[in-house]
Amino acid sequence: MTATPGGPLSAAAPDGGALIARPSGRGSGRRGSRRQLSIRIAIFVVVLGYLILPLFAMLEFSTRGDYGSRTLGSYAAIFNDPNLTDGIVTSLEIAVLTVLGMLFLLVPTMVWTIVRVPRMRRAVEFLCLLPLAIPAIVIVVGIAPIYRWMGQNLGAVGASPLTLALIDIILVLPFAYRAIEASLRSIDVATLADASRSLGAGWPRTILQVIVPNIRGGILSASVLAIALVLGEYTISSLLAFDTLQVVIYLLGKRDPFISVAVSLAALVFAFVLLIVITRFAPGGARRGQLQAEEPLT
Amino acid sequence: MTDLPVSAPRPPTAQTVGPASGGAGARRLRGLGNYLALVPFHAYVGLFLILPTLIVAVGAFTTTEGQFTLDNVSRLFTDEVYVSAFTRSIQLAVGTAIGGAIIGGLLAWAVVRGDPDGLLRQVVIAVSGVLAQFGGVMLAFAFLATFGFNGLVTILFKDVLQVNILTDASWLYSLTGLAVVYTYFQIPLMLIIFLPSLDGLRQEWYDASASLGGGAWSFWRHVGGPILAPAFLGALLLLFTNAFSAYATAAALISQGSPIITLQIADAMQSEIVLGQENVGKALALGMIIIVSLVMLLYALIQRRASRWVR
Repeated sequence: MTATPGGPLSAAAPDGGALIARPSGRGSGRRGSRRQLSIRIAIFVVVLGYLILPLFAMLEFSTRGDYGSRTLGSYAAIFNDPNLTDGIVTSLEIAVLTVLGMLFLLVPTMVWTIVRVPRMRRAVEFLCLLPLAIPAIVIVVGIAPIYRWMGQNLGAVGASPLTLALIDIILVLPFAYRAIEASLRSIDVATLADASRSLGAGWPRTILQVIVPNIRGGILSASVLAIALVLGEYTISSLLAFDTLQVVIYLLGKRDPFISVAVSLAALVFAFVLLIVITRFAPGGARRGQLQAEEPLT
Repeated sequence: MTDLPVSAPRPPTAQTVGPASGGAGARRLRGLGNYLALVPFHAYVGLFLILPTLIVAVGAFTTTEGQFTLDNVSRLFTDEVYVSAFTRSIQLAVGTAIGGAIIGGLLAWAVVRGDPDGLLRQVVIAVSGVLAQFGGVMLAFAFLATFGFNGLVTILFKDVLQVNILTDASWLYSLTGLAVVYTYFQIPLMLIIFLPSLDGLRQEWYDASASLGGGAWSFWRHVGGPILAPAFLGALLLLFTNAFSAYATAAALISQGSPIITLQIADAMQSEIVLGQENVGKALALGMIIIVSLVMLLYALIQRRASRWVR
């Protein structure tokens, strides 16, 4: 680091120069870093404190009992409220459908653009990132007539809250695209595909058994992001009048805020555990994939 | 990308960019087949993203009977309610973007100057990853539990410390409260967006600046600042979009009136049958698309510049 400036200096003044230059340099560096350290600690305490305060308040609020006692009653009540359990189940079902649909739509398409039609790669990327420029509330305004039509013409399927997965797939596209793209970029898709096909595998088998196992990290990140998005989605389900988890939490909050806060905190902890799981168990690069996935349009 | 050299061993009929010779018809057919495989994706995005956008864009310029009109769009500029809703939304987004960017940027800096493999860094990133997604209803409830009428901080100040600060919790349900809550989710988002750019600042640059006698100020003034400026600006724009588009938090928090544009759109949607002017909501939505698209365009331009230095 400082070897280059130190070299000529010590040559000009063999002993003194080096002796004077080095300790003073190191000393000022240490003084600087000590001041820097105290600034950093102050930032951590204040900012992280502010970020954690509402979470702690949720814990405190949701465990309040009578006369200053503590109780887990609000958490137990989560499972006794049929509306709430219905909402949780609905949202989890939507999450599963969204993950499956997103992977089914995105993975083959992205592999295909790499192997066969590289010319279309930018177009696919553009379409995947497009939802970032169209706010969810705008999508819901435009899609409401389509859902009205589906509800009238497609019977029970068209009126089911599970159809929300169709929109959630769109909403998760930018994040899922970045996560999967990061994984695909780290392997040589074309060679793998050629090898697999020259051994007689068809395209479905090549994608499922050769490509997919190699991009597990990206697929896992994309799936977790999709689950988090679905479980937290309120705008679209409330305006299309479907009772998903967040809609139920909101309605419940007017009647019993303690249970609402308890569910919110539980959902948050669930999301946190999911994230920890992918950073732990996803093979290398998952964390980076996650980071890139949340950073739109780089 | 890397598929060109590998495509050599394929049979000659496979689609290649090579010069046309025999069997051009067959090859064109195969090439067409390759594009056909992308049809499901395009059809899906077309149906559930492009079509809704077109419905919004066309609806904004038509009456309920389907005739062309400029009335809906002109109300964006003449109707006091909509003008002030747009104005407040923009002010809110700008203010919370700047606040979030500064606080989040400081936090990112504090993280970057620490141990790159340290526990603290991992925890801060993981927590931010969750909190950045943590918008909406749950966040509103978190703040009700903190600063609401029965919130932790409110009770602490009122009953334990006996001071008269923040004891009137009604601020939380107003635009002020919205600004505080929005800033809360901007901070972790800023950290996640900005951290990679800060990581790109090389130790050598600090050392080079220090060896030339530069202190912290001159480093940021002449080296760090100019290098990070595009990334910081870009992050600012993303935070703006994030706050400008937010609906759920406001819907859960604001109890009276619809001061911001996303709430106005929801109002227009829910009352469209009663008033028979459903397309005003579409005009408002179109206004949002235009603002967000302009911001994203600016972002793309800045990003191109930013990628020159920080990678």
